[in-house]
Amino acid sequence: MNTPRFQKRTLFLIAYLVFAILPIYWMVNMSFKTNQEILSGFTLFPQDFTWDNYATIFTDASWRDGYINSLTFVAINMVITLTVALPAAYAFSRYRFIGNKHIFFWLLTNRMTPPAIFLLPVFQLYTTLGLMDTHIAVAMAHLVFTVPLAVWILEGFMSAVPREIDETAYIDGYSFPRFFVTIFLPLIKPGVGVAAFFCFMFSWVELLLARTLTSVDAKPIVATMTRTVSAAGMDWATLAAAGVLTIVPGAIVIWFVRRYIAKGFAMGRV
Amino acid sequence: MNDELKPVNQKAWLLVLPVVLVMAFVSVLPLMTVVNYSVQDILAPGRSVFVGTYWFAEVMRDQSLHAALWRQLMFSLAVLAVQIPLGILLALSMPAHGWKASAVLVLVALSLLIPWNVVGTIWQIFARSDIGLLGVTLAHLGFDYNFTGNATHAWLTVLVMDVWHWTPLVALLCYAGLRSIPDAYYQAARIDGASKFAVFRYIQLPKLRGVLMIAVLLRFMDSFMIYTEVFVLTGGGPGSATTFLSQYLTTKAVGQFDLGPAAAFSLIYFLIILLLCFILYNWMQRVGTAAKEPTK
Amino acid sequence: MARIDLDLAHAYKPHPTQDSDYALLPLKMSFRDGGAYALLGPSGCGKTTMLNIISGLVTPSQGTVTFDGRDVTRLSPQERNIAQVFQFPVIYDTMTVAENLAFPLRNRRVPADRIKQRVGAIAEMLEMNGQLNQRAAGLSADAKQKISLGRGLVREDVSAVLFDEPLTVIDPHLKWQLRRKLKQIHHELKLTLIYVTHDQVEALTVADEVVVMMRGRAVQEGTADQLFERPQHTFVGHFIGSPGMNFLDATVVDGQLHIGACQVPLPSDKAETLRQAGAFVLGVRPEYVAPAREGEPGAVPARVEQVQDIGTYWMLTARIGEALLRARLSPETAAPSPGQTMWLSLVGPHTCYYKNEELLA
Repeated sequence: MNTPRFQKRTLFLIAYLVFAILPIYWMVNMSFKTNQEILSGFTLFPQDFTWDNYATIFTDASWRDGYINSLTFVAINMVITLTVALPAAYAFSRYRFIGNKHIFFWLLTNRMTPPAIFLLPVFQLYTTLGLMDTHIAVAMAHLVFTVPLAVWILEGFMSAVPREIDETAYIDGYSFPRFFVTIFLPLIKPGVGVAAFFCFMFSWVELLLARTLTSVDAKPIVATMTRTVSAAGMDWATLAAAGVLTIVPGAIVIWFVRRYIAKGFAMGRV
Repeated sequence: MNDELKPVNQKAWLLVLPVVLVMAFVSVLPLMTVVNYSVQDILAPGRSVFVGTYWFAEVMRDQSLHAALWRQLMFSLAVLAVQIPLGILLALSMPAHGWKASAVLVLVALSLLIPWNVVGTIWQIFARSDIGLLGVTLAHLGFDYNFTGNATHAWLTVLVMDVWHWTPLVALLCYAGLRSIPDAYYQAARIDGASKFAVFRYIQLPKLRGVLMIAVLLRFMDSFMIYTEVFVLTGGGPGSATTFLSQYLTTKAVGQFDLGPAAAFSLIYFLIILLLCFILYNWMQRVGTAAKEPTK
Repeated sequence: MARIDLDLAHAYKPHPTQDSDYALLPLKMSFRDGGAYALLGPSGCGKTTMLNIISGLVTPSQGTVTFDGRDVTRLSPQERNIAQVFQFPVIYDTMTVAENLAFPLRNRRVPADRIKQRVGAIAEMLEMNGQLNQRAAGLSADAKQKISLGRGLVREDVSAVLFDEPLTVIDPHLKWQLRRKLKQIHHELKLTLIYVTHDQVEALTVADEVVVMMRGRAVQEGTADQLFERPQHTFVGHFIGSPGMNFLDATVVDGQLHIGACQVPLPSDKAETLRQAGAFVLGVRPEYVAPAREGEPGAVPARVEQVQDIGTYWMLTARIGEALLRARLSPETAAPSPGQTMWLSLVGPHTCYYKNEELLA
């Protein structure tokens, strides 16, 4: 093992991690302070340590509901996205068919559409369908962005798997579903992990559409957090605490998909 | 994979059908509504006049649009120039196995999970030279740092904030791409006596081409649509120094009481992004194919 | 080219206590300089581990690896000068065929004209000189495997070439071509060749000697003939041959060999060993089960269950008591019908006897 190079990389990694953590540390720091302390001076640690901000959040039912709502529509979105994206990505990766290049690019164009475009029509559409303020509405609205991204990422990873694997499996008598689940999916685990995480992430933080389509029943956590501006000014401390708490589900998701993302490409005996 | 090597199979449409149907419903349908509005002048509920490309022409004539567009382009290019190499380097330094891999993965991904308005808010305090860690440190080091008053400082702060926020996206994509490289390639390279740089150049980088394409396009289009973080941090200022395209168009659209112009604005925005991405996409394809040509 | 000696074991845990803790149970093995060997066995038997220990990608937890008497256990694959071909083609996508082949030499700073010469010679041997300037990424799987092989052969001082199931992703009808090419190269270059596979046909065609492995153990090492005629272990008898050896429980009672419910005379040369053995297993290959006349000494009755026409022979499946038996009958024999009773001779010079899975006599 080339030791000097090894150390250079670790140094860089540590340097970046420090860079990455500092603002987060700052946010945690703020979450344990009062608004006065935040605005009055610079302190590395809270002088008046307080749990108040978190208490505000935990005792307020709308915060808890916000979490559950967000988690719900994000989960629905992830399930639908992966279900339709996996077969489509496989088709783009393995075959040519009428319009395949055009459909693929059309999918990408959806991802590059500013969400603001959809505000009004989506509002009208879902009101007509009676789906306003439901989790399914937000999940569906987010599909515009998550599905193309998932197809895009999955297609890339699938194309890296040699076709010979597919062919050998068919010769060995595997049916397509069995081949797909037992042989193919394990080989593209990193791609699935990353695609799933990005779906979660984009849907979790999306504010515009989620806020437009919901009012009470399905109000997401990101919308609840925008309430922190009042006549007294910005409630920095509570916002910081909310920010800290918003990271938690995402960190859990990444913890669960880590084995997918970090899994090596182990080519088993076919 | 080489397109010519793929067999033609029209039945593959069945696999793609669910995606097409879903997208038709959640995307095409709403989009048609927007196009409809953008060519109308709505005088009152139920009464509208078809005006064709009137709104579009109005918007395109606006000089401040050109300025905002230019500013946006510079920003997006700067973003790409920093985040892509940084992301690749980060992915290369992240451990591949063990508990360290999991820990680093979580730490790196944290910045992606923060709601964008919170990102802007945190950096707002973080960068203040009186009460924020970054601001205070810079002041101590002797810099006359002021991101609310100085345009260059504002630009740099926005850039660093974006780098902090989004580099992990590039890194995660590259990391997953690196993990997809079978061990045998590294083993063969060892046996062939390849240096670490040769391994990067001939094995890792080529295999990362796919994910890098995704990373570049994603970061480009997302930075082109950037709104919340910048708006919260600088409000577009000082002056209009950090007023990028989305903020410009949103302000314009909000100022209008008419759906027509608002719809036209959003479509123009979309079309600009589409055009630029299309150019970028094709350019990358061509570069990618050229890289595969044998060196003479 | 080198003679390789192994005297090692490889365990999963630092302090192994039982057999299942070992990936490779303690073994001693020699690979002759210039010999062609196959490591044959089912998945998980340790053959890839052994290959990786020989190549240097894995260090054994105990013991040594020597090349021509030199201890290389701690040396890297590069330092050992081995070449390895993997299950799927490993090539450098951005390079041409020629650049791929030249790569190992460029890394060792071999002068350019020498590189050109070597690449040309190897390409010629692999029948690839027409494709030297083509992009390697666009070629078929078998061409890519040839390039992988070529990169190993291009170094003149390569000590051994190791193959880890290299034909796995090759089209079935191209496999024999590659096998033939391999044998040809071995014949020309006289390299030490070690080939890992789970396919006995591959093993028996490519190698002069085959090491059969099972669950971390090298069970038998020998030529195709030896493995076929005198399997040292019931596993070898079962694994080699298509179908494998028949095994029937037997014992000696009152000087007679009891196979199930039948009795036949004891073969005189093995009588003493068998008498003292207690319960043992009789092994006989389907190729050596011959039809006999009723009542002939050494013949037992069997109930015919199935007769398949394979073309060049009949495959007979018959039952003796509880045990199922397979036999190959020549096409001239009258094919019996299911349900019939047929007399078969099981005991002969090719019959082997096993106790606790090991060859007894």
